[in-house]
Parts: sequence; C-alpha cells; structure tokens
Amino acid sequence: MARIVVDPVTRIEGHLRIEAETDASGFITRASSSGTMMRGIELILNGRDPRDAWAFTQRFCGVCTVVHSIASVRAVEFALGYEIPPNAQLIRNIMIATQFVHDHVVHFYHLHALDWVDVMSAASADPGATSRLQRSLSPWTNNSTDYFATVRDRLRRFVDGGQLGIFTNGYWGHPEYKLPPEVNLLAFAHYLEALAWQREVVKIHAIFGGRNPHPNFVVGGAPCTISEGEQVTAVSAASLKQVGVIIEKMRDFVDHVYLPDTLAIASYYKDWSKVGEGTGNFLCYGDLPRGTDTFNSSTLLFPRGAILDRDLSKVLPVDLEDPAQVQEFVSHSWYDYSVGKHKPLHPYDGETRPNYTGPQPPYEHLDVDRSYSWIKSPRWRGKPMEVGPLARMLLLYATGDRKARELIDSSLKRLDLPIEGLFSTLGRVASRTLETKILADALADMHSALLRNIAAGDRATFDDSLFDPSTWPPQARGAGFMEAPRGALAHWVAIEKGKIANYQAVVPSTWNAGPRDARGQDGPYEAALRGHRLADATRPLEILRTIHSFDPCLACAVHVIDPGGRELVEVKVL
Amino acid sequence: MGVRPSLYEELRNQGVSRRGFLKFCGYMSSVLTLPVGSAEVIAQALASKPRPSVIWLSVQECTGCSESLLRSFEPTLESLILDSISLDYHHVLQAAAGAAAEAARDRAIEQNWGKYFLIVDGSIPGKDAGARSTTGGKAGLSLVRNAAQGAAVIASVGTCAAFGGIGAAAPNPSGAFGAADALGDLVAAGKVTAPIVNIPGCPPVPEVITGLVTYYLTYGSIPALDDLRRPKIFFGKTVHDNCTRLPFFERQQFARSFDDEGARKGWCLKDLGCKGPLTFNACTTIKWNQGTSFPMYSGHGCLGCAQPSFWDRPGGFYTKPF
Repeated sequence: MARIVVDPVTRIEGHLRIEAETDASGFITRASSSGTMMRGIELILNGRDPRDAWAFTQRFCGVCTVVHSIASVRAVEFALGYEIPPNAQLIRNIMIATQFVHDHVVHFYHLHALDWVDVMSAASADPGATSRLQRSLSPWTNNSTDYFATVRDRLRRFVDGGQLGIFTNGYWGHPEYKLPPEVNLLAFAHYLEALAWQREVVKIHAIFGGRNPHPNFVVGGAPCTISEGEQVTAVSAASLKQVGVIIEKMRDFVDHVYLPDTLAIASYYKDWSKVGEGTGNFLCYGDLPRGTDTFNSSTLLFPRGAILDRDLSKVLPVDLEDPAQVQEFVSHSWYDYSVGKHKPLHPYDGETRPNYTGPQPPYEHLDVDRSYSWIKSPRWRGKPMEVGPLARMLLLYATGDRKARELIDSSLKRLDLPIEGLFSTLGRVASRTLETKILADALADMHSALLRNIAAGDRATFDDSLFDPSTWPPQARGAGFMEAPRGALAHWVAIEKGKIANYQAVVPSTWNAGPRDARGQDGPYEAALRGHRLADATRPLEILRTIHSFDPCLACAVHVIDPGGRELVEVKVL
Repeated sequence: MGVRPSLYEELRNQGVSRRGFLKFCGYMSSVLTLPVGSAEVIAQALASKPRPSVIWLSVQECTGCSESLLRSFEPTLESLILDSISLDYHHVLQAAAGAAAEAARDRAIEQNWGKYFLIVDGSIPGKDAGARSTTGGKAGLSLVRNAAQGAAVIASVGTCAAFGGIGAAAPNPSGAFGAADALGDLVAAGKVTAPIVNIPGCPPVPEVITGLVTYYLTYGSIPALDDLRRPKIFFGKTVHDNCTRLPFFERQQFARSFDDEGARKGWCLKDLGCKGPLTFNACTTIKWNQGTSFPMYSGHGCLGCAQPSFWDRPGGFYTKPF
C-alpha cells in the first residue's frame, strides 16, 4: 500500500491537493480531496451594503468571473422581490452563456487537454496526415499541410531550444497517452488557436460589463445603458452588431473545432467511459430564465432537479429554501459548528468557525481520518451530489429535451458507447462539450430577442424602484441560484436594516471537491478516484484526468466566516 | 544545452517578417509611452536574448490576474511564452503537476538564481503559520519569501499581491497582506535585493502586466515607480483624466440613476459612485479587451479597484466620492 500525493493539482483554478491510497496492484482504495487555501470573504461581507456584494463575491473567482456576481444580485433581488427589465435579463443571459462557452473551451484546450495530448509527440507528426485528419473532421479553414507544418516546426524549434517553459516536466511519453502524433499536432494547433479565440469571445463581456475579467453588474438590472443615437456609451447599434459577429465566431469554433476534436480524441480513450463515475447522484439548480421572473423555475433553459443512483426515470424537485435539502457538514473540514462538529446546517443558518487542526506547514501528509480540508461537505437530503455539465446534460436528457437527447444519442453512437458510458470521466468531458454546443446555438436566439426588444422601442436596462435601501423592509432574505460552468451555485443572503446580516455561498466545487461527511460518505472527487489503477505511481496521470474532468475551481469552494478573525498576525521570519 | 536562437531568429523562422516584428515593438513603445526610437531598442533587445525565466507564484488568488494575462493582445500570451520568456512555473497553465511541478519550479529557481523574474498574485496569509494557503504542503508565505531572495525583479500583480486586496479587507480573516509587506524584513536585512513593482488592479489591465515584462526584457531594468511602487508610465494619471464622460463632469452634467436620460447620453457617473477621479490606472488609456470598452464606458462607475483599501472605502461602491 502506498500514499500518493498530488499537490499542487495544476491546470485548475486554485489550491487543490489529492492524497490517494493504493493497494499492492496499484488500485486506488481511498482518495482524499483537500482545498488548501481560504480567505473568508463571507465574513468580510457582513455589515456591508447588499448592493455591493456582487463585487466581493465576484472575487471568489476570476475564472467564473460572471457567475458569483449574478448569483449575488439574484439573491438580493429575491430577498427584495425586485424584478428586472427584459433587456437586463437577456443581457445577463448572454453574459452567462458567453462565460460558459469561453470557459469550457479554455478548460478543454488549456487546462485539460495536456492530460490526453502528448505535446512532445506532436513535434514528430506528419503535417500532411494532420491536414487530412482536419479535412475529414470539419470544414475549419486552418487545414492545410503548410499550416500544420508551420505549427509543428514552431513546436520543434521550441523543444529543440531546450527551454520547455510551461511544458517542463509534463508526463510526456507516459504509456497512457494514446493519440498518434498527427492527432497530438491537431490538438496543439488548436491549443494555440483557442488562446487567440478566447480573447475575442470575451469582448461581449467588455461591451456589456466594461471589461473581462470581472465585468460590472448591478442589483436591479444591467448597468449598461443602451446609447441613444450616436455611440456615446459602449452598447450601441454598432456594438450590438459586433456581439452578433462574435456569437457567430463562437459557434463556428464550437461546431468546427471543439466538438469534432472532443469526439476525435474521445475515440482513442473509450476505456475512460468505464472509469471515474463518482457518486451517481446529480444536482442542478437550473438557469437561463426565459422571462423576467428569474425565480419561476419553469422557464429555465437548464432545468432544476436532482437525480439519484443513476435513475434517469425520476427527476426529484429541489428547493433551495427547504432546511432539509441543502446542508453543509464540517466533520472533516477545518471548522467547528456550535451545534457540534457532526451536525449539518442549512445555509440560511450557516455558521462557520475556522479551527485549523492540520499539520503545520511544511508537511508531508494530512491526517485524512480527521479534518483535512478548508472545503465543507454539502449534501442534498444527506447525499453527496455531483454538479456540473454531466449533471445538466443528464437533467436535460431525463426531462426529455429534444436537442440534448439528439446530441447525446448521436455522440454515443459515434463512439459506439451505451448511455451508461456517460457516468464516467469521459462522459463528463463529453457533456461539457455538448452543453457548449447547446449554449453556442442558444446565444444567437438570445441576441435576436434583445435586438427585437430594442427595435420595438424597449430600451430599459435597469429598474430604479428598489435601488434605494430606504425602500426596503427592515428584514429580508433570499437565495440566488445559478448554473455556473462548473455546476449548481447558490448564494443565501440575510438583510437587516439595509445591511448584510449573513451571507453564505455553496458553490460547484464545494459540492464536487468537498471531503467526506459525518457518515464517511466520499465527496464526488473522492468517489470518482476509487478503483483507478495507476500505470506509474510516480506519474499519476490517471488522477489528473479524472479530477480535471470536473474542472476544479477551488478559490470559489472556500469562502468562510471567521468570527475571531480580527487579529493580525506578525510575519514570522523564516 | 546548445546555443539558443535569438528571439528575432525564432520569429523569422516562424514567418514573422522584420516589419511585423518592428510593428509589435512600435506598439509596445507606444503603450509604454517611450521616446521616439524606442521601437528599435525594443526590437534589438527582444531579438538578442535567450528567454529569461519567469516564475509565477499564486497565493490567495482568485485567478483573475492569470485570466487577465490570457487576455493580453499586445503581446499575446502565446507569443510571450513561446518566444520571449520561459514561463517555468505557473500553476494554472503548466503541464506538470504535483512533485513534478514543484521540481520544475525549484530547478528554475536554482538554475536562474539572481536572474529570474518573479511574479506574485494573490494576498499572502499569515494566520495559522501560513496554513491558510499552502502548495505542496508548504506555506505560500514561505514559498514567496524563498523565491524572492533569488529574483532579479519582483512584480506583485493585482491589488491583492500589491496591497492585500480583498483578502485583507476588514476584518481581514486570514491575516493577509501584500507581497511587499511579506518581504519587508528580508529587504531590510539585505536578503531581498530585487526591486518590488506593484501592478495593482482587480484585475490589472492585461497590457500593463505584459507591458512591464516587455519593458524589463527590453531595458533589463524596471520603469520609474511612484511612492506606491507603481510604474508611472501606467499609473501616472487617474482613469477620470481620459474618461469619455469627462466633458460632462466639467459641465456638471451627472447621471442620477443607471439608465436615466443622463446615463443614456453618456453623462458623468460620479453621483452613481464612480471612483474614477481617485483611481490611478490605465483603464481609459489602454482600455480593456483590445480597446473594446472600460467600466464607465459601459455604464458602471469605477470601483477604484487599483487603489489600496478600495474594498473598505466608506459608503461603498454607490456613494459619490466627493
């Protein structure tokens, strides 16, 4: 038996550590997931203006740069019964969908691909073969032998130069890399193309929000007034046209690069449709309202619901305000509860008291039988739940969404895999791509709807009726939900006399990356790693594949209240 | 290791013409507001060096600063990491993980001791002996303090690394501070000799991050700093000074609500809480996302995100600054 530590888990957002125990044959018998960074933003929010909260929560994460702002403004709007204008809802939806498409493509090419693609092997590819492959996959125009020869030669000179930079010490040549050199070259070319593409895509956020990362939002609508006549502000007839052009660019890349690449690469890794399932339980809060009432869940493009034990015949209703549904445990986290360390709390009653009992750094191992993470363990009706693209695609499938069913069925057919193949590492990767396709298509409709509204004379982007805190009731509370790219996200806010009295966020990577609970049930990462066999324990590529398939985002996941946090600590001279 | 081709040779091999290369250098010199003739100097400097080692350490980060780096148009991230620098450690982007990643970092530090460009993002927590932010079981605080001692330049990228940022906002739950504060005693003791440059912003303008790197590659030194260690070339003016809404400020025409008549006409956002007149940054000169916009142009006031303690400014984001 051996203990394998992966820390830092790189190519993610934030600080994640995995400790895995293996048996004599190299199989993982138990894995422990630890978030190793905390800031305490929820405590920082206490006593502040609820209208400012979106900016603070946005800094949970600069990758999910839109989602925590939207969850926050929705929580405040829910608490106040504050409806936003149709244009504001459409602008938010366009920003959310843009975030998804951007984020998923960047995750695939820049964070996840290097687990499947051996970049060094691409240097020996035959560019003619890559060209023929590209032509067989899609009508993407960067497809000539010359083009791929240029990319390959650039890579060769880089490698021959002896300074590998960000590619230093990758697990190159690992026996688990299965792609032929021409596919590796294709993926490396698209790694570079996607870097350029992603810079263009986020201009949509800049138009509506002033910049990306960290665009601006406002409680009560969207801050981006639509210019009258000539372009005096960012949103004008010209820039709305530009949004349409960018949406086409997104769609083109998704249809002709991302989707075909995913299927082409997946066809070499079909074994990964039997590995990495996780809990078999899936949770969605739903998102993308198709009306001005954000909180009417029947209008959501992504449906709300829970699936237990892989049973796609039953979608269970989810209520964020029911104290018996969403709860957080701290049994294996570095916190205490006033009700005792092993009882859960609903986020409205959420309290968090840090109590670091782990080893003093530097350390070799965590004591995984006790507390071992800064992340809490959320549960839905007591069960660990996976959130994210796979959960959303399963919900769409289970609720009979025609387009999702067609996409899933045709992709599985292409790969010659059964529906059970989705409950896996590969299923998670494929689901992310398929939902990107759904959103890239939906964006065009959202954009048309916005243009129609404006053409019909509705220019409103903001409702000022409840912006002034003197109009608010003395007490109010609300739950703001989201589907973030990484999964179900909600913020719970309590407002008293115009100030924040309590703020809690339970975010996607808390659901997926959290540690075991009071009953010893694994979190989804931990469950997913059980049973993996490592070909080479010193190069645990298999762990990276499954963990990256969840697209971890750790800064979001740790966000706690610290009632005793006022003291400042002296810097110890080392 | 053999003799490496110069940057310009590499670019030429990749089909980049000398004209294209000079165009890039010209752009950089205009971003950096350098004297006439600087483009040629940048071109020569970038073309004649093996790629310097850059080590990027993330402590209490949200990764917004790394995302901002990904958004740089001139130079782009891909041209930087393939052609101009050797990004030897960056835990968001690098291929290696776990022990292999740590080994890459440690070897880069050892081989380039005294010469590497160290970038820090995120605030640095002191509480629980640094256990509020660890990597590979080591405290972020000790990783930064160790790496700083062999650096040629230290850049604190983002308001968190520069001034503590959101982690240090009241009541500062994790005992967080910026990099310069974390290194103060080592600087006093002569163990850290590298200049510390602050590039604040939450996040910083992408081309300000890459502009500092380009300046350093070109001149082998850092640009002049103000008393908050910010490069004057990027932080010499307030965002108000170049705002499209400035003429309305001068005429005392103020929007009173988001989306009122004044807002639709592009009037000044001061009454809606804009902190532009108090905030030194390049948002309105370089602008965001290839000149697409900046916060006030898109209708929201400046949060003041490049200023120390902006999270704790009394009245919050929607109270007028004066």
